[in-house]
Order: sequence, then structure tokens, then C-alpha cells
Amino acid sequence: MDATTHRFKRNAKEALGDSTLREALDMLAQGFPEKRLNAMARLSEFEDLRDQARDIKNHVLENLDLYLERYETRVTEQGGHVHWCRDAAEARQAILGICRDADAKTVTKSKSMIGEEIAINDYLEANDVVPIETDLGEYIIQLRNEPPSHIIAPAIHLRQHQVAETFREQHQDLDKDRSLDEARDLLDEARGELRQKFIDADVGLTGANMLIAETGSIVLVTNEGNADLTYALPRVHIVIASLEKIVPTLEDATTILRVLARSATGQDMSVYTSFCTGPRRPGDLDGPDEYHVVLLDNGRTELLGTEFQEMLRCIRCGACLNHCPVYKAVGGHAYGWVYSGPMGAVLIPGLIGLDQAADLPNASTFCGRCESICPMRIPLPRMLRSWRRQIFRRRQASATARVGLGLWSALAKRPQLYHKVTGLIIGTLKLFGRRQGRLRSLPLAGGWTGSRDLPAPEGGSFVERWQRGERL
Amino acid sequence: MSEKPENEGPKVGLFATCLVDLMRPSVGFAAVRLLEAAGCQVFVPAAQTCCGQPAYNSGDDADAKPVARLVIETFENFDYVVVPSGSCAGMIKCHYPDLFADEPETAARAQALANKTYELVSFLADIMNFEGLQSSYSGTATYHDSCSGLRELGVKEQPRALLCKVSGLTLNEGREAETCCGFGGLFCVKYPDISEHMVDEKVDDIVATGADIVLAGDIGCLLNIAGRLKRRGIPVKARHVVEILAGAGDGPAIGDGTD
Repeated sequence: MDATTHRFKRNAKEALGDSTLREALDMLAQGFPEKRLNAMARLSEFEDLRDQARDIKNHVLENLDLYLERYETRVTEQGGHVHWCRDAAEARQAILGICRDADAKTVTKSKSMIGEEIAINDYLEANDVVPIETDLGEYIIQLRNEPPSHIIAPAIHLRQHQVAETFREQHQDLDKDRSLDEARDLLDEARGELRQKFIDADVGLTGANMLIAETGSIVLVTNEGNADLTYALPRVHIVIASLEKIVPTLEDATTILRVLARSATGQDMSVYTSFCTGPRRPGDLDGPDEYHVVLLDNGRTELLGTEFQEMLRCIRCGACLNHCPVYKAVGGHAYGWVYSGPMGAVLIPGLIGLDQAADLPNASTFCGRCESICPMRIPLPRMLRSWRRQIFRRRQASATARVGLGLWSALAKRPQLYHKVTGLIIGTLKLFGRRQGRLRSLPLAGGWTGSRDLPAPEGGSFVERWQRGERL
Repeated sequence: MSEKPENEGPKVGLFATCLVDLMRPSVGFAAVRLLEAAGCQVFVPAAQTCCGQPAYNSGDDADAKPVARLVIETFENFDYVVVPSGSCAGMIKCHYPDLFADEPETAARAQALANKTYELVSFLADIMNFEGLQSSYSGTATYHDSCSGLRELGVKEQPRALLCKVSGLTLNEGREAETCCGFGGLFCVKYPDISEHMVDEKVDDIVATGADIVLAGDIGCLLNIAGRLKRRGIPVKARHVVEILAGAGDGPAIGDGTD
């Protein structure tokens, strides 16, 4: 997809004016955080598990090469193939190559954010391979030709009636008078549409929530079971995963699973948790003949050893989106690319460049809620601040901001001058705001007074009044 | 240190913060009354200005450092540094050591300062075991948790415990008391549309509590909330929590005139 991150402010303004989106986002922000709290309350060791999960990924990131090579060895031993891809283009070519070798006409897909990151659907379509999304949310947005607006709930920006309209438009061969009033109707219709496509697909493409070095397995977590039909029915299974998804052992994977769904949806476990290891073996009842893992770097190894390394602990649970007041205000599409929310604001500048994405690290109040709920304890605000440092150093910050901060600092380090100058300013503000106690407008302060009054200063500065001997 | 206080309690440097100093001096006076009642010797160094957070949060470390250095020099000789703001206390406590990470000597001084710096209300409750002033306020209040105070410093129960001792005051909790008000320093002027949405949700939540006054521990949040309340014509008042705790809630509330 073409990123629209560079016009974040305009995207945000449009989103704020969209009343249907407002309803959807309000529901999200009410639902997920409360469910997460309930799930935590049911598990007394939840905070300890967060520490353990963090430590597992920290250990992995210090030994990434070791575990990736071990993983590759295990996959190969079991008859699978690992394709190492430096960037999105290499990953797309690898996937298309496998599809061509399999003479594939259709590819069923379970939800994969890496698939979104490399824009695999557009690429396959352009090369005469038809991708079919099978996660309900992804299926809906594929029909609507929209990007996902949330990493675990891709169609969260839509209300039910919009989905019904889309189905009526797109499923023309069905009875026009059918009822689509209930969520169940929509679910049944999507299921009916997808059933034969699962059976007919030549290739199944899935993501992976984790890769396990010890066994060469992937872990897939869904609530719909669509991933299982995607990898078990076709002749060829392709896994697309970024390389930081690796964990050392099955035991480690289960530790992370215990924080994943609780943080994401407030479920103790997702409905389906599947472990999938290589192609069909003699005696297996089902499974693919061929098994490929496309391992994507796409700039991630460049983050190792930098102030952004800890971002590679992210398990894509979406909790930081669910708890972010800015995400709740503008929704996922405003971020203009595949990811969104706090994790998106940290990842996107690294993936598409700071030139396009400078608004994202800035559009945060540093309220810290994301870090406080992140199951992997990723210091997201600290990383947003690191991006701001780079933005400032590259002189991408606005001239007004740069000059203003320089002036403020020049004053603030000279207390006597500071108290003289600020005394004049508050004296003037006090004069204009005197009777009402507030100002409705102020030159050069439209950013503030556009939507709020400016309370007038009480008069005099505290330090100066204190020195004059004033006391309460 | 021009004052010569009489008691033998800990020497506390009061860092009023630029917003209290310039916009709301009565918070400074209320802070002094509370600290003295809790047994502290209070000093107000004249060399204080700002903590440097506007530059630091803008990624402008070069402009933040000299300001932070001045704070370190001005306050490092007190037993404690107390700040009537979770945001500015958090800046000193959590971020000064990072800011000077590449200057080991200053970083050590920054860390020493961080170790003895506290947000005012949590200092009163946690360090001084302050029991309150037997003040009174007749009305219903709701408390807004400012983000830095809550998440960086763990300020949550302390202001509520002290407010419970104010006679005549009923405290109604907002459902979204812990949600950001949308101030965020320069955020509110850089992203006014998003900020307006956030402060509107905050104001709606305050109104839903039925409170006639909103209290908080940070003037930044309060200017934002009061400014939006006024613009929408909602007659809920806004004050810094220490004004009520010190029994100094008689003058005009934030954004109210003298008429």
C-alpha cells in the first residue's frame, strides 16, 4: 500500500469528524481494556509472567543468530525449507517463486501483519495469483480494498451495517432478500463463501506468532480456526514471519502465550493455538506436501544494538493500541501505514523513513499508558523520544519550535533575566484576562485558544511574591 | 536560602515549576503551608525557573541540559526537593539521569538529586506521614490523575487519602480518571484537533461524576481542563489539589475572574 503517513494531521482531522468511526473506536476502547483487567485479575502471577516474557525475548535478541540457525536446522531436518529475505522485495519474490513452482492459481491466507508489511496481496494479484484472506476481518477489508486499522482486529473501524452493505455489494450471486441483520448472518455468509476456497487453494500462506528454535515449529494463534484450514488443506504451506519472532523452546513459547491473549483480547487463551512443524509425514492424516518458511529481516537486524532494540520484543498483541488515547481518537488508518498506535509510531519511522513519518513520534502526550500495559514491558515512550531526538537533530522540527525552545532555554538558564521577562508577559496576560480570569484568544496562541480559553495568570510570580515576604 | 525557619525538620527545597510560578502562585503558597505543617523547613530558591521538560520532550537535549543543570545546582544541597507537579517531578526523578547519560559526573549528581526529589502530595503522605490540616471544603470533587504522576511516580492513593480527611468534601471517581487529558505539553498546540478530542472526553467524564470541582496535581492538565470547561460554558471549577488540602480554596478557581 502507499503510505499516507506524511499527511497524518489531515488523516487525523478526517477521522475525528467520522461519527461511525467514533462509535467503533469507543466500543474498542471500552471493551478490550476491561477484558484485559479481568483476565489479569484471574491470574495472580501475571506481572511475573511479563518479566519472564521480557527476559526470554531479551535473551533471544542477544543470541539471535544462534537461535535462527538452530531453527533453520530443525526445519530442514523435518523436510521444510527456510528462505532468508533481507527486505520486502526478496520476500515477495520468494513467495511468488514458490507459488509458481506449485503452479498455484489461488492462495488462501490467514492474517499476517508481515504479509501486510510486504504488501504481498497486491504483488500476487499483479502476477496472476489470487490471494484470499480467510480471517473474517481481513476478508472484509480485502473486499473493501482497505488496509487493516488494528493489528489484531483489522476491521475494527467498521460497524456491522457497513459489513452487511459490503457483503451485499460483493456477494452478488446470493439471494438479494436475505437477512444480514445479525452478526451471525455475516459470519455464516463469509464461512459459506470461503469453504470451497479453502478446499480449492493450491497454497496456504500463514504468518506465525512465534517460531520455536528447539523444535522448528511455528505457533499460530487465532479465534476462528481459519489458519488451520489454511495450512492443513493445500499442497503447499508457506509461513511468512519476521526473524525476531523466534523463541528458544516450547516452554518459552507457552510463557509468552500466557501473556499474549490476555493482553490482546482478555482471553486466557485464544480459541485456537496451533503448533505446526514441517510438511506431512508418513502416516499423517493431513498436512501439506511442501513446507516453506520465508524469514524476513526488513531492517530489523539494523535495530539490534540501537536504542530501538527493545522494540523487537513486541509480540503484536495490540494492547498498546487498545489503551492509547491518541489511537482511540484517530483510529488506525490515520497512521497511514500497516501498523498503528504506539507500536506503529515506533516501528513505522524505521520502516518507511523518518521523512514521511515524523508526525507519529510527535503525536503522543507521553501519557505512558502503553508502557504500563505492554506485556513485554517495551519502553515505548522512551523510543518515541529517541525518534524526536533524531527529528530535532535533522532539523525536521518546525522553525517555530526550534526557535521557541532555544529562546525558552536561553531565558530559563538565566534566572534574573527570566523573572524579568516572564514578569512582563504574565503582567500583560493578567491585564487582558483580568475581569473574566481567562482569555478567549491570544495572538500566536491559536493552537491553544482555538479550542479552549487560556486561564489568566493570578498576577505576580510565586518566587517574586515569596521574596517580598508574602505568605498564605 | 534567605529564610531562617525555626523548626528542625528536613530542609526542603520547593521547586514551584514554571507554570505554578507564573500562572498560579497560590499553589506555591499552599504547598509551603502544607510542607511546614508536616514539619519541614521550606526554602524557595530564587534561581529556579523551569525543569527543561519542553525541550527534552521535543528531542532538543542541547537546550534541555543547561536548564536541567541549573536545577541540579540550585537544589542539590537540600535534604529533599519537592515539586507540586507529577510531570516536573517525574522529569527530575526519571529523566535527568538519562539526559546526562553521556556526562558521568553530572549524571551522578542528577541521580543523587533524583533520589531525593518528590511530587508534593506523595512526599507529604509517604515521607512525612502527613495526616492533613483539618481543612474543609463543602462540595463534590473528582480527581484527575495526571499521567506522569500516576505512571512514573505512583501517585494514586496519596491525594485521595488526604482528600478523604477534608471535612465536607465528597470524592466521586471518574470512570476515566487515569486517562490523559490531552495536554501533553507542546502536544496540545502541535496537534490541537486530537488534543481537543481528548480534553472533551476528559470533560465529559468529569461532568458525568456530578462533581462541582475537578482537582489534580498538575497545573498543565488543569489549565487545559479548565480552559475547555470554560470554553464549553460548563460551571465545574478546577483547582490544584493542594489548594483544597491547605484550606486555600477561597480565591478564584483556575480561569475564574474576580467579578
